[in-house]
Amino acid sequence: MAAGSAGSVPHGWKLGDKVSIRDGYGKGLLEVGRTHADVVALDADLAESTRSHWFAKEYPHRFYQMGISEQDMVVTAAGLAHMGKTPFASSFAIFLQRGWEQVRNCVARQKLNVKFCGSHGGLMTGQDGSSAHSLEDIGVFRTLPHMGVVAPCDAVEAASAVLAMYLRPGPAYMRSTRAAAPVLFDSDYEFQWGKGHVLQDGSDAAIIANGPQVQEALIAAKDLKAKGLSVRVIAMASVKPIDRTLIAKAGRETGYVVSAEDHFIHNGLGSAVAECLAGEGVAAKLWRVGVQDGFTQSGDPKDLYRHYGVDAQAIGQVVQGLRNNSLRAPLAPHDLPGYTPGSAPPA
Amino acid sequence: MADPARKLLTIPELQEKARLLRVETLKMTFGAGSGHPGGSFSMAEFLVALYHNRMNISPQNPRDPDRDIFILSKGHCAPGLYAILGDLGFFPKSEFGKLRRFGSLLQGHADRKIPGIEMSTGSLGMGLGYGNGCALAKRIDGRAGRVIVVLGDGELQEGNIWESALTSSHRKLDNVTVIVDANKIQIDGWTKDVKDLGDIAAKFKAFGFWTKNVPGHDMKAILEAFDEADAVKGQPQCLVMDTQKGHGVSFMVGKPEFHGRALTKDEMVKAMAELGEKWTPEVAA
Repeated sequence: MAAGSAGSVPHGWKLGDKVSIRDGYGKGLLEVGRTHADVVALDADLAESTRSHWFAKEYPHRFYQMGISEQDMVVTAAGLAHMGKTPFASSFAIFLQRGWEQVRNCVARQKLNVKFCGSHGGLMTGQDGSSAHSLEDIGVFRTLPHMGVVAPCDAVEAASAVLAMYLRPGPAYMRSTRAAAPVLFDSDYEFQWGKGHVLQDGSDAAIIANGPQVQEALIAAKDLKAKGLSVRVIAMASVKPIDRTLIAKAGRETGYVVSAEDHFIHNGLGSAVAECLAGEGVAAKLWRVGVQDGFTQSGDPKDLYRHYGVDAQAIGQVVQGLRNNSLRAPLAPHDLPGYTPGSAPPA
Repeated sequence: MADPARKLLTIPELQEKARLLRVETLKMTFGAGSGHPGGSFSMAEFLVALYHNRMNISPQNPRDPDRDIFILSKGHCAPGLYAILGDLGFFPKSEFGKLRRFGSLLQGHADRKIPGIEMSTGSLGMGLGYGNGCALAKRIDGRAGRVIVVLGDGELQEGNIWESALTSSHRKLDNVTVIVDANKIQIDGWTKDVKDLGDIAAKFKAFGFWTKNVPGHDMKAILEAFDEADAVKGQPQCLVMDTQKGHGVSFMVGKPEFHGRALTKDEMVKAMAELGEKWTPEVAA
């Protein structure tokens, strides 16, 4: 095992298999529970949905069903961590935010070893609609000192990231999703904090993506290749810490950077990429693909991805538009002329 | 909780410790120019009773896994707790004079970086759940020791407290003892006017706790209540301490303004005289 890497989890998934990212969390938790007796898990009445119920079944004396009480789950996990346990606390990404101030003041401020998993992140949650579409979780967790933040693109990466969360001292947050997604990484893949991966090289533009948008980016890059464009695709699960070297290199070498994520355009991966390019003094054009500044609606994830402009087609159009200078900022509704609060976002 | 071989203080000795807690709290907050003396005063008697006569803790081994764990959920009342921890030798008393100063050990609210402090608090409502977590860890590891959580009565307006109270009783955490410092005043006024807590003991009873109302400045009653709570099996306990904010200094009692401000020089002279302590502004300077 390489220094600083976490190791892989035995799971039996092969490239191209369709596996939900949450299954990766469940398998990873099971493995880290098997190898480390200090690991405990908590859930807030969604254990089957988050996949923490696999751990619960195997290690019932180390699992706490907290009921529909996310704030209590967060502070209880903090107390367990204070006494030397390593708690993994999971719920839907949107509901974990109910306990955000507890995460801030009780967990992060004390640099306690509490690991969070917010499942059912983003538009991918689909039909449940706007109240369930967590589109700000990466941002609110990323802003906290000591907090590591990871948004894996497949089950293999998610499983390995659970081990990495365990090994990194202090709090961490993982976002997982429900829908089945193709396995993109080999079974021996090892997630590392602050390390992105070039899945496909290219010189005309770079797409930096995480979560389901990595698969969308790969499709976009394939389509663009047919149009004569060579596009680099970088999987960047580790949002904090982020791979500054790889991002700066992509900006310098291609001159055009597109970030893509199932998240509001504010404060997520795209913002982290922007901070990185600006901080490294890289003169590259950047466009952030994500949900614009407005709330969403129910629907099939595919339709939502299309409507809110975060699918392969939208990413491809952005890459082309960025290169031929036809994109016109700002896109955010509140920046548009004549925008009044409460009006519908532009289609 | 109590070590049978331990030398216990007499009630007059405990009362003297409570007086000293008040003196040090006033000096600390006066020196800092801010702080929360009123809520430190309402806790004085039960804090010294716990620390000197009941809890199993040691400045030599502050992380002993079998220790009793004390959590000040109402973390703004840290000066009163600091006065005891300094007296017991968790850190030098010379730190008292540097409360709330840049670069100093003693933060404005209780902070886990300070020896003897188990939880950084200051944002209300989180102490009971954290205490439950500590108790659950002790249960997994088969460790001795109780978890004592001090809540303010105003703090009970936080919903998180009641989520955690359900957990304490659902998990039958009989090593968790809640102490409610019912001093009846919060920042904006009397709790009954801001948002009435009603019958606090009845509420905790309904949530599955063994409960008792205790006259919160009566040392004998406090010690007896701790022993009763200690003997309860199968359920968490809640002692509702009937206290006065600012108790011990006549002009501070029942005045919401002393929730969150230090005394002026003139007030200090009067207060110290009432507490039987020689003090002049020149000595403090």
